[in-house]
Amino acid sequence: RVIDYAVKIRVKPDKSGVVTDGVKHSMNPFDEIAVEEAVRMKEKKLASEIVAVSCGPAQAQETLRTALAMGVDRGIHVEISGPEYETLQPIHVSKILAKIAQDEKADLVIVGKQAIDDDSNQTAQMTAAVLDWPQGTFASKIEKTDGNLTITREIDGGLETIKVKLPAVVSADLRLNEPRYATLPNIMKAKKKPIKKVSAKDLGVDTSPRIEIVSVEDPPTRQAGSVVPDVDTLIAKLKESGHV
Amino acid sequence: MLLGCGRIIQKSSGQGFKVLSRLQSTLIIAEHNNEKLTPITRHALTAATKLGGEISVLVAGSKCGAVAEEVSKLPGLSKVLVAENAAFNGFLPESLTPLILATQKQFNYTHILAGATAFGKSLLPRVAAKLDVSPISDVIGINGPDTFIRTIYAGNAIQTLKSKDSVKIISVRGTSFEAAPSEGGSGKVEPAPSGEYASSVSEFVGQELSKSDRPELTAAKVIVSGGRGMKSGDNFKLLYSLADKMNAAVGASRAAVDAGFVPNDLQIGQTGKIVAPELYIAVGISGAIQHLAGMKDSKTIVAINKDPEAPIFQVSDYGLVADLFKAVPELTEKL
Repeated sequence: RVIDYAVKIRVKPDKSGVVTDGVKHSMNPFDEIAVEEAVRMKEKKLASEIVAVSCGPAQAQETLRTALAMGVDRGIHVEISGPEYETLQPIHVSKILAKIAQDEKADLVIVGKQAIDDDSNQTAQMTAAVLDWPQGTFASKIEKTDGNLTITREIDGGLETIKVKLPAVVSADLRLNEPRYATLPNIMKAKKKPIKKVSAKDLGVDTSPRIEIVSVEDPPTRQAGSVVPDVDTLIAKLKESGHV
Repeated sequence: MLLGCGRIIQKSSGQGFKVLSRLQSTLIIAEHNNEKLTPITRHALTAATKLGGEISVLVAGSKCGAVAEEVSKLPGLSKVLVAENAAFNGFLPESLTPLILATQKQFNYTHILAGATAFGKSLLPRVAAKLDVSPISDVIGINGPDTFIRTIYAGNAIQTLKSKDSVKIISVRGTSFEAAPSEGGSGKVEPAPSGEYASSVSEFVGQELSKSDRPELTAAKVIVSGGRGMKSGDNFKLLYSLADKMNAAVGASRAAVDAGFVPNDLQIGQTGKIVAPELYIAVGISGAIQHLAGMKDSKTIVAINKDPEAPIFQVSDYGLVADLFKAVPELTEKL
């Protein structure tokens, strides 16, 4: 659950963070892609059950409901709120996910490649490390063959293919799929699906902060530029500033 | 209870002594393709020098000779550790992580750094989790050995944070640090700790790299970038001609990639590449938050768009409200 991707965020005047109260939140876009991929795997009979997990305050349940409406079977809400949630980091989430993956005997953990709020891009890698499972990060294609996954990854110069043994952790890139919209009947059905509530303590995970946020500030704003009337003026301006 | 307290005090005073007696030391994980060093490593070196203390570079791969030599010439290095092993074919994090852990065990670095590229982003968090520390991604500034600056919310807020972990694991945003000179040093080359690093759980199958004669996107001085307004992949030829004239790299917005106009590795933005060239020319790009996250640190931004209300004009130094299909060929011709 993150602030909706289309929202223009505001930094708090006391520089402690970003205003989240009364701001539209949604499921992290990369996580929608992860959910969609899991649902497709179930539709192809590659997966028997899908469990969605969210760590956060009470409102995280809405995000879980969205996942349930997309086709997930059941949810686990790891309740973390208040100051503890403010400093919750990928290291904590990955330990929680690893514990749940073991408890639930999952064969595959799919997460988004990054959350669009903290932009960390760490959770999949760290979960894989805690579990000692292989990782397939930034996946744009996943194919299952026997006990393996063949994963096409988006890398800097193009694409790369790797093969990992199950169980594994995969992180979804934007181009993995096009997430479906939950239909009204499915949203209604999702209300009946179970969500189990647990705490980090139940799972034996210590969520004490590893970082201290010193400040959160607005980035420097750019000086407004000018609109040029034609290509000739544009070239003249670029020449003036030494760019051409 | 009392016993417990006594223990805690003992432990913390012990740690205090350790910190005092131990200097900063940084390990940079070199990124390369078994032939050449990736330029981001030189940017990471500049970041490392801001931390103070000794700097070592680890070169791991299936073929390291040429790269190790290149690295040994970088200024200011105390050591170049080389691990040549077939296990590192494809630079899989599953085989590199145990190597880095073994190196860390031997030399006790206070900082481990790499560039925030697909390679660094994939590898460092895995290492961090194994060391039970919280990694810090895509750092744009270093205020001290434990205080770092990074952006959050697609570059719309700047966070300063203090790490409490004993080892700091940091990926560095290349465009925020100058590249260190490629000559002038004479680092001592040594073998890295040896071990059985082959991974039984993952395997590199192959790569499909986009070939291009144009400069590499993240290092280019000029970038010409196209968006949905280009309408088709064929029309990108207009941008290629302009780019060739300016010795520029070509980039794209997510819309252009999703529409299949160009391959994904050209995407600039929050989830694509982050660039900061001298000159960025945005053609047919509206300027969504996610795109701006990848290019708004460019020195000069030019926008060509027929919609005068497009948000890109709020960040552009020079805006041209015009049909790109007329303006771009005219620009190419007149340059």
